Amino acid sequence: MSNQNIYIPYLMRIEKITREAPGVKTFRLKFENEEEAEAFSFKAGQFGEYSIMGVGESTFCIASSPTRKGYIECTFRQAGKVTSALSLAEEGDVVGFRGPYGNTFPIDEWKGKNLVFIAGGIALPPMRCVIWNCLDLRENFKDITIVYGAKSVNDLVYKDELAEWRSRPDVKLVTTVDPGGETPDWKGEIGFVPSVLEKTAPSAENTIAIVCGPPIMIKFTFPVLEKLGFTEENIFTTLENRMKCGFGKCGRCNVGEVFVCKDGPVFSYQQLKLLPAEY
Amino acid sequence: MQTENYLIRKSSLEKLFNNLIGSGKTVYAPKVKGKLTLFDEVNAFGEIAEDYIVTSNSAKEIVFPRAEKLFSYHKSKEKAEITDAANNTFPDVILWGTRPCDAAAFIPLTDIFNSDLKDIIFNKRKDKVLVLSFSCSRSDDYCFCTSVNSGPGNIAGSDVLFTKLTTGDFLAEVITEKGKSLVDENKDLFEVKSEESKESNLAVVASRFNQEEIQAKLKDLFENPVWDDKSRACLGCGSCSYVCPVCSCFDIQDEAHGNKGIRLRCWDSCGYGLFTLHTSGHNPRNTQGGRWRQRILHKFLYMPNKSKVAGCVGCGRCSRSCPADINILDTLTSL
Repeated sequence: MSNQNIYIPYLMRIEKITREAPGVKTFRLKFENEEEAEAFSFKAGQFGEYSIMGVGESTFCIASSPTRKGYIECTFRQAGKVTSALSLAEEGDVVGFRGPYGNTFPIDEWKGKNLVFIAGGIALPPMRCVIWNCLDLRENFKDITIVYGAKSVNDLVYKDELAEWRSRPDVKLVTTVDPGGETPDWKGEIGFVPSVLEKTAPSAENTIAIVCGPPIMIKFTFPVLEKLGFTEENIFTTLENRMKCGFGKCGRCNVGEVFVCKDGPVFSYQQLKLLPAEY
Repeated sequence: MQTENYLIRKSSLEKLFNNLIGSGKTVYAPKVKGKLTLFDEVNAFGEIAEDYIVTSNSAKEIVFPRAEKLFSYHKSKEKAEITDAANNTFPDVILWGTRPCDAAAFIPLTDIFNSDLKDIIFNKRKDKVLVLSFSCSRSDDYCFCTSVNSGPGNIAGSDVLFTKLTTGDFLAEVITEKGKSLVDENKDLFEVKSEESKESNLAVVASRFNQEEIQAKLKDLFENPVWDDKSRACLGCGSCSYVCPVCSCFDIQDEAHGNKGIRLRCWDSCGYGLFTLHTSGHNPRNTQGGRWRQRILHKFLYMPNKSKVAGCVGCGRCSRSCPADINILDTLTSL
C-alpha cells in the first residue's frame, strides 16, 4: 500500500438506488474491479469519501454492515454541492469511493451485553451499519433496543427495515416523530428522542448505549442516559466534522488534539468528556 | 552521516551554480521581483538575490505546490477512467539559498505527509530536491528561530549549508549523502577544510520564549480570552498560512472540462471561516478567535505532542505578511 496514491478512489457502480425520505437516498455500490472488491474489508463505524468526478468528494459513513459482503451502501441527504450531484446520479453510473477510514465500534467487546441504539433523523445510517452487524451475529448479544426519531413520519429513513425490525421478536423498536410530524395513522411515539428514551427506560444493567444524532439531540440524550444509570464508558457515539482527506492530513476535522477522521469517528462518552467543545 | 566541512571559494560558488544549470537541473533561488524577494526559477547566477533576510514566500511550494494534480479522469455515461498523477515524472530541483528555517521546515512538513498513510506525490517531489541553504548573517525583529530549536546556522533539513566567511569565501557543511554526491560531482570546487568556525559569521537572533514552557502552558489555555483578544484585527485572509513553510492544511477540489478533469490538492487555511463549516451551517470553529487558537495550538501543542517537533520554525513570515499586523510573537509571549 505504501507506494500507492492514497487519493485515488475506487470506481464503484451504482447497483441500486433507494429513495428513503425527501432528499435522502441510499446507493448500493459495487466495485468495478474484482480484485479490489476481494481485497476490500471494513468494520462497523468506518466512513469513506464518496465522489462524483468533476464535482468533488463528500464524507459519509458506510451504512451497510460488514457482514453483508460484495457491496457497500451509503445514505445521504442532498444538501451541498457533491450530494446534489450524487443525487442526480442514476443506477449504472460510476462514482468514486475512498476508504474505509477511521476507527470502529468495539462490537467484539459487547458480547453478552444488551444494546440500546438511539438515533435521530439522518443519523440512523451510521447506526444501521452497527445494528445489522449485531443482528447478523444476534446470538452474541442479549436484548437489542432501537429508539429512532425523525422530524416527521416522512423523514424516517429505511422504512422497510424499520418494519422488519418491528416484526422481529428479538428486537424492541421504538419510533418517534417530533410533535406535529405525525400522520393520522401514525402508531409510534410523538415527542423528541431524549424524552422518548426516558419513557422507554432501557435498563443500564450490562447494557451498552450507542447514540447518533444531531448535536442538539446528543446534548439532551447523554443526561437521560446518565439518569438511567449508564456510565460514561458504556455510552458510544460517532462524531462528524468537516473532512477532506479522511486520514489526518488536511487538518480540519480535529477536536482539540484528536482527529475525528483518524482517532474517531467513534468515541465513548468518557473520551468525549475530555475533549474541548470543537465539534 | 557525519557532517563534513569544506571550503568553497567565492568564485567557485558561481561555477557550482553553472555546473548545476549545465546538468539540466531546475534551480529555485531567491530572486528580486518588484519589492519582494521570492523563491523562483533562476537560470543565471546574477539573478540570485544577495541581500535578503528571508524570502516572502517559503520554499514549501517546491514539494507541496499550491495546487497539486492528484489524478486526471475521463468519464462517459458507462464508465470512468483514472490516470494516476503519481506516475508522472517529477523534476530534479535544486533549492538554492534557503535559510536554515526554511530547511528545518521540511522536517515537520515531511512528517505530516508521512504519518500513517504516506502521500506518495509529496515524497516523490521531496526525494528529488537538493537543499542548499545559506546561513543567516542578518536577522530582523520578526525572526525567532532560536526560540523554536533552530538557529541562523542550523543544519537540520539542509543537504549542504553554506556560511559566508569574513574572507568572502564560504564554509560548506555537507550534511547528507545527497549533499555528499554534490561535492563528489564537483570535487575541484570544494577544498577540504575543517577548522573554520561559522559561529562568528552568524546573525544574532535573540531568544524570545521557551518553547517547552509555551507547550506546557497551552495545555490549559483552550478557554482563554487571549484568543479573541489577539485575533480581533484578523481579516481571515489566510496569508499567514500561505507564507508559512510548515502550514500544510489542504483542500481537495475537482476541476472539470466536459467529460475530462482533474482532482487537486490545494492549499487551504485554518484562518478561513469556511475551513470547518458543515453543510448544515454548523461551524465548530465559528469565531476568528477559535481559528487563531487552532493555529497556535496546532503548531505549539498538538504537533510537538505528537512528533516532538513544533509546527513553527521561527521564520516570522506570518507576522511580516499580516495585513492587520498580527504578530505571532505577541501572542506567544503574552500567554
